[in-house]
Amino acid sequence: MKAPKMIRSAFVIARRDFTATVMSKTFLLFLLGPLFPLAVGIGFGGLGDTIRNSDQQPVVAVVASSADYRAIEAARQVMEPLLIEDRGIMLSQVAPSGDLAAQRKALLAQEKPPVLGVLDGGLDAPHFTGAVNADGRTVRQLSFLIDQARRARAAPTPPSGAPLAVELTQSSSGSLMSARSVTARLGQALLFVLTILLAGMLLSQLIEEKSNKAIEVIAAAIPIESIFIGKLFAMLGMAWVGIIVWTAGGAAAIAFYLPGGLSALPAPAVGWPIFIALGVIYFSMSYLLIGSLFLGIGSQASTVREVQTLSMPVTMAQMMIFALATVGVGHPDSASAIAGAVFPLSSPFAMFGRAAELPVLLPHVAALAWQILWVIIILRLSARLFRRSVLKSGPAFRWPWQKKAAV
Amino acid sequence: MSTSNAVEAHDLVKDFGDTRAVDGVSLAVPTGSIYGILGPNGAGKTTTIRMLLGIIDPSSGTRSLLGHDRPLEAAEQVGYLPEERGLYPAMTAMDGIAFMGALRGLPLREGRRRAVELLDGHGLGDWAKKPIRTLSKGMAQTVQLLGTIVHKPRLIVLDEPFSGLDAINQGKLEELIRREAANGATVIFSTHVIAHAERLCERVAIIAGSKVAFEGAVDEARGTLRPIVRLRTRSADGPWRAALPATARLDNGDWTFELPPSGPEPLLKALIDGGAGIETLSIERPGLHDAFVAIAGEAAAREMATEVGEAA
Repeated sequence: MKAPKMIRSAFVIARRDFTATVMSKTFLLFLLGPLFPLAVGIGFGGLGDTIRNSDQQPVVAVVASSADYRAIEAARQVMEPLLIEDRGIMLSQVAPSGDLAAQRKALLAQEKPPVLGVLDGGLDAPHFTGAVNADGRTVRQLSFLIDQARRARAAPTPPSGAPLAVELTQSSSGSLMSARSVTARLGQALLFVLTILLAGMLLSQLIEEKSNKAIEVIAAAIPIESIFIGKLFAMLGMAWVGIIVWTAGGAAAIAFYLPGGLSALPAPAVGWPIFIALGVIYFSMSYLLIGSLFLGIGSQASTVREVQTLSMPVTMAQMMIFALATVGVGHPDSASAIAGAVFPLSSPFAMFGRAAELPVLLPHVAALAWQILWVIIILRLSARLFRRSVLKSGPAFRWPWQKKAAV
Repeated sequence: MSTSNAVEAHDLVKDFGDTRAVDGVSLAVPTGSIYGILGPNGAGKTTTIRMLLGIIDPSSGTRSLLGHDRPLEAAEQVGYLPEERGLYPAMTAMDGIAFMGALRGLPLREGRRRAVELLDGHGLGDWAKKPIRTLSKGMAQTVQLLGTIVHKPRLIVLDEPFSGLDAINQGKLEELIRREAANGATVIFSTHVIAHAERLCERVAIIAGSKVAFEGAVDEARGTLRPIVRLRTRSADGPWRAALPATARLDNGDWTFELPPSGPEPLLKALIDGGAGIETLSIERPGLHDAFVAIAGEAAAREMATEVGEAA
């Protein structure tokens, strides 16, 4: 069949599927579904902050004299700014009582504030009792605090000399690289989440036609390739309707989590307008690539139960594809990054990450051509497999040695 | 392919694993004719039709549809009603018909216009905008049939179109088939009800055991049998008995036998001269059913009769 006829046939299928999906009542739920977690996330995000800021964080009860406690607390205040994404252990002073063992026991049972462990013995003979990992964060931080406090007690005056002079520039190669890798990872994660949310639906796309027997009418009228193309693009269209709606909701989330919006993120190497355009294109490509594969796999299933059984391994495969795409972030010219860009299914994710890190655009043209080629290959193979194994079309499959025997 | 044939098949074979579903089917369907494919269930009728339409490729053999070796290239000129009816239940009757037309290249708007016309013409005008799931089985079947012809195809292929229809709707369908043929379309239908084929078809293929046992004109099929003579005489015995063939059977005073190859005149003369005293005598042309029994065998005919009984 000639290409225009095939495309026209695909359009008939796409229009039917798109209308049937978008005009159904359940589509409203589909649109609203992802907005619920956003709303809940925003709600719980606020709640999390409240908890973080409250006094309910576990503390280490320090049974020590005021002098020793002040020295340890001063050391903690030195340490805290050096920790990334961690406030460090919190301390609470407790005056020593006569029976240390009973005091330890009582403190470990205390609920307000909850006690992680008890440090006693002062700076001379420090002793920690608590349910923590012996080599873990709490023990290591306490050891550091005690060392620091002891040093401060031995040399109370800091050594003389000029403090570090700091001159700030807008960017440096090192800061750009690490900042852009953040944008790359966020971009890839967004692309992946959208693809995993939306492409999985293609697994069950042919079940309807198989169960209502419409497949016979359709297969007699148009090539299987047209059916596959039509279904793929119908679902891509539906995905875009969803994304447009969710973007509105997402804007609220960005405003909440990232005051200042996208400008709060490090600018990608290709600039925001091209990066967003590439995001649109690479989402479509990842959807078409993974979707065509899912359509092919799903077309082999004859019941919803079979599709459900397929969902888990398919999701695992997606995770592996995503992992392959992310290994190159931070070093976009490495072998692993190129492998991620060349492997067709991970290529859109890897190239999108690359767009955040490197400004060159030509590789994107090549990558898109490569990805389109693979969409065509996967669709053709899926259609052939469908004809052969579902419709039982053509000569029976024979292995080479069977052919020889048949001759 | 001959231009006078809408469909031709040569030695079509289809294997499903180790099972041979169709074994060397050859047939030729003249353009503008009504052609029946007869055979019991499992004979290979549907598989043959699916191969002719290009839904599946044969294991071996060739076929040609409206001059195209690749059947899908002729798809826009073909209408097909499958044995297992398939419609989208959420679609309206009008959209269902228009969608089937669109699959065959008919613009959607034109398809909707024709759908309303066709539904009106078949007494379903009030149902045009109702979802197919709300229609009765017979109505849904009519909708699918209208979807099969909405794009005015040159070739209409109907797989067991009469099954599931009541007598009135069967009559309407027969009318529709005749009308489409009168308008120049070629109609092929498969059936296991010989009466439909006998009333409608000019040519038939009788498929039994995956093979074509007969392919040709209905008259030709009947012509494979000698006419049947039924005779009642006043005289029980006499020289006239020598005129009867050895295979003649006597049942309740009636003799039944095949008309001898020499024809009716010598038989009549022998009966009169031999003093039979003819009370009644009839020479009946065999029906398609008799031909089917003779061609496909008693077992296949019994199977067909059972299926008809079950369907009823």
